[in-house]
Amino acid sequence: MNQSFQTHVAPIGAAAAKISTRGVDVFYGPKQALFGVDLDIPRNQVTALIGPSGCGKSTFLRAINRMNDTIAGARVEGEILLDGENVYDPVLDVVELRARVGMVFQKPNPFPKSIFENVAYGPRIHGMARSRAELAEIVVRSLRRAGLFEEVKDRLDAPGTSLSGGQQQRLCIARAIATRPEVLLMDEPASALDPIATAVIEELIDELRANYTIVIVTHSMQQAARVSQRTAFFHLGRLIEDGPTAEIFSTPRRRQTEDYITGRSAAQRPGP
Amino acid sequence: MTGYLFLTIIAFSLAAFLTGRAAARRFAAEGRSGRPAAHSVPAYHGAFVAIWVGIPALILALLWRAAEGPVIDRLLARALPPEMTAGLSPAALDLLLTEIHHVAEGRILAPASPGVIEAAARLAAWSRIGDVAMFVVVLALMLLGAWFACARLTPRFRARTRVEGALSGLMILCSGLALATTLGIIVSLVHEAVAFFRLVPPGEFLFGLVWEPQIATRPGQIAAEGAFGAVPVFLGTLLISAIAMAFAVPVGLLSAVYLHEYASPRFRRVAKPMLEILAGVPTVVYGFFAILVVAPAIRTTGTMMGLATSPNSALAAGLVIGGMIIPFISSLADDALRAVPRDLRDGSLAMGATPAETMTRVLLPAALPGIAGGILLALSRAIGETMIVVMAAGLIATMTLNPLDSVTTVTVQIVTTLVGDTAFDNPKTLAAFALGLVLFLVTLALNTIGVAIVRRYRETYE
Repeated sequence: MNQSFQTHVAPIGAAAAKISTRGVDVFYGPKQALFGVDLDIPRNQVTALIGPSGCGKSTFLRAINRMNDTIAGARVEGEILLDGENVYDPVLDVVELRARVGMVFQKPNPFPKSIFENVAYGPRIHGMARSRAELAEIVVRSLRRAGLFEEVKDRLDAPGTSLSGGQQQRLCIARAIATRPEVLLMDEPASALDPIATAVIEELIDELRANYTIVIVTHSMQQAARVSQRTAFFHLGRLIEDGPTAEIFSTPRRRQTEDYITGRSAAQRPGP
Repeated sequence: MTGYLFLTIIAFSLAAFLTGRAAARRFAAEGRSGRPAAHSVPAYHGAFVAIWVGIPALILALLWRAAEGPVIDRLLARALPPEMTAGLSPAALDLLLTEIHHVAEGRILAPASPGVIEAAARLAAWSRIGDVAMFVVVLALMLLGAWFACARLTPRFRARTRVEGALSGLMILCSGLALATTLGIIVSLVHEAVAFFRLVPPGEFLFGLVWEPQIATRPGQIAAEGAFGAVPVFLGTLLISAIAMAFAVPVGLLSAVYLHEYASPRFRRVAKPMLEILAGVPTVVYGFFAILVVAPAIRTTGTMMGLATSPNSALAAGLVIGGMIIPFISSLADDALRAVPRDLRDGSLAMGATPAETMTRVLLPAALPGIAGGILLALSRAIGETMIVVMAAGLIATMTLNPLDSVTTVTVQIVTTLVGDTAFDNPKTLAAFALGLVLFLVTLALNTIGVAIVRRYRETYE
C-alpha cells in the first residue's frame, strides 16, 4: 500500500544493499513518526536523507543503530536488514550492532576527556587493543583518517572540549571510526559548523566513502548534492522518493520532491 | 510602643509609595501619546519616595533603640543617691540597675528598698520621655524624607536607576550579614578557646589520650581530676563518620545511578521524594531508631558470633547516621547526573557502550563535581551529628577504633560540657569552645581538600 508513494528509480536490489529496510514504522508513544519505509542503502556510497524538519529522517537514522531504544516509549516495527540480518532480531546484541554501525551527531559531543581518550573510548570498551602501543596506533590512525591528527598531534592529552567546533566534530568522527564500523550514520554533522569547517567535513565524508557505507541526514540541498551518490526524500514520515542524487536533483519524479528541492512551498504551488 | 512605631513607619512608607506613584502618573498623563513621558514608570517613583521615607526612619529607630538603654542606665546610675552606689563594683552596680528595671516593669521579685522604688519611677518617666521623643523625631525624619524625595520627582528623574541602586544595597547588606555571622562565630570560638588554652596547654589538649572533663565545679564537690586530651574524642568522630560514609556513599551513589539510568519514570517520581523525606526526619527520631532497633540487633548478632559488643556501639550510631545522609548523596548525585548533557550519554551508547559502561566512564566523571559536593555536604552532616550519637553511641571517650565499642564524638562532648550550670572560667566549659574550634578547622580543611580534589579531577563539559 505504501509502495504507491514510492518511485524506485534504478533499484539497487536488496542483494547489493548494505542496509535494506522493509515496511519500517516508528512510533513515539501513540504518535507514529515513520510510515512503512522501504529503502535500500548501497555499500560504500553516501546516501543523503533530505526533507523538511520533522519528516522522520533523523528517526529513520536512529532506527538503524537502534538508538531509538534509548527513548522511552519509542517502538519500531518492520525489518531493518544489515547484511541480511535483522537488527531488531531479539537474539542480536545491540552493543555489537552499535560497534558495527557508528554514529556522528548533530552537535559535536566529545566526552569530557582528553583527545586521546575520546578516540580510545570505543577500542577500550570493545577490547580491540591488546597493548597500549596498539591502542595508540588505533588512535593515531583514526585521527589521521579523520584529518585531525596533524592539528592535534602535539596535544593529545588536551581535553577534547578545548578544540574548535569543527575540530570537535572531526574528533567525534575519529571516535566513531576507531571501532572500525561498517556503517557510519551522520545526523546533520555540519549544521553547527561554519562554512570552512563544513567544507573540511564534506571532504572527509567523501574520503571515508571508500571504506564505509555512509548515511547522512542533511538540511542543506547543496551538501546533499556535493557529498552523496544517492538521495532519499522524506516527507511527513513517509519516504517519497529515492534514487541517484543527480537524478533526484535534476529530474525528480514527484512534485513534493521538486517543490522541496527548488524551495517552493505548497502554498506557492499553482493549483493542480 | 516600638511595635506601634514600626507599624507607623510601614504605613507612612506605603502612603509615600502611593503619593509618589500618583504624582508620577500625573506627569505621565501630560506626556504626548506614543512615547513614554517619563524616564521611569510611576511605580518606580512611588518606590523611590517610599525608600526615602522608610529607610532613614527605620535606621534611626534602630539606632535610637540601641543607644537609649545604655544612656538611660548611665543617667540613672548618676542620679542614684551616693550612699546607694558607694563602694559598689561594676558588676554589683549592674545587678542594682537590673533590679530597678524589674521594679519599673512591675516584675517585683523581692521587697525593694525605697531608693530603688524611687529610681524605678524615674526610669519609667525617662523611658516614656524617650519613647515620645523617638516617635516625634522619627516622624519628622519621615516628613523630611518625603519632602526631599517628592521635590525631585520630574518626568526626567531616573527613579528606576535609584530604586535599582537601593535594591543592590539591600543585597549587599544581606550577604554582608551572612559574612558577619561567620566572622562572629569564629571570633567567639577563638576568644573562648584562647581562654581555655590559658588553663590547659594546647599540647595536652591536642595530643592527650585521656578525656575526662567531669571536674569539680564548686569547692568540695567530689569529681574526677579532669583530663583534657582530645584525641579519643576526635577518634570517636572519625570512627563514626567513617562508618557512616562507608555505608552511605556506596548506597547513595548506586541508588542515584539506579534512579537516573535504570528506573522507570513512574518509579522515579515516587522514589525520589521518598528518599528526600529521609533527610527531613528529625535526628532524635533517628536516635530512637538507633537505640531501639539497630543497637540491639548489632548486640544480638555480635553476641551470637562471640564478639564482645557494647550496648551502645559506634557501629549502630554510624549506620544510622549513614542512613540519614543517604538522601544528601543520592539526591545531589542524581541532580548532577541529570545535568550532564544527553548528547554525552547518546554518544557513548552509540559507540556500543553498555549503560553501565556509559555510567562509569562518561556520566559519573562528568558529574563528579556535583557528586563530590553532595558527599562533602553529607560528611559535614556526619561529623556534626550529635543527637544520634548521644542516644546510640554513648558519652564515654574510649580510645578505640573497634566499631563495637561505645565511643563519643566531638559534638557530643561540646553539648555535655556546656549543659549544667557551670561558670565560664571553668576549663570544663571552655573545653567546648576549644573542641568547637578544632572541629571547625578540621571541617574547613576537609572542604578545602575536597574542592581541590574536584578541581583536579573534574571533567568539564559544555
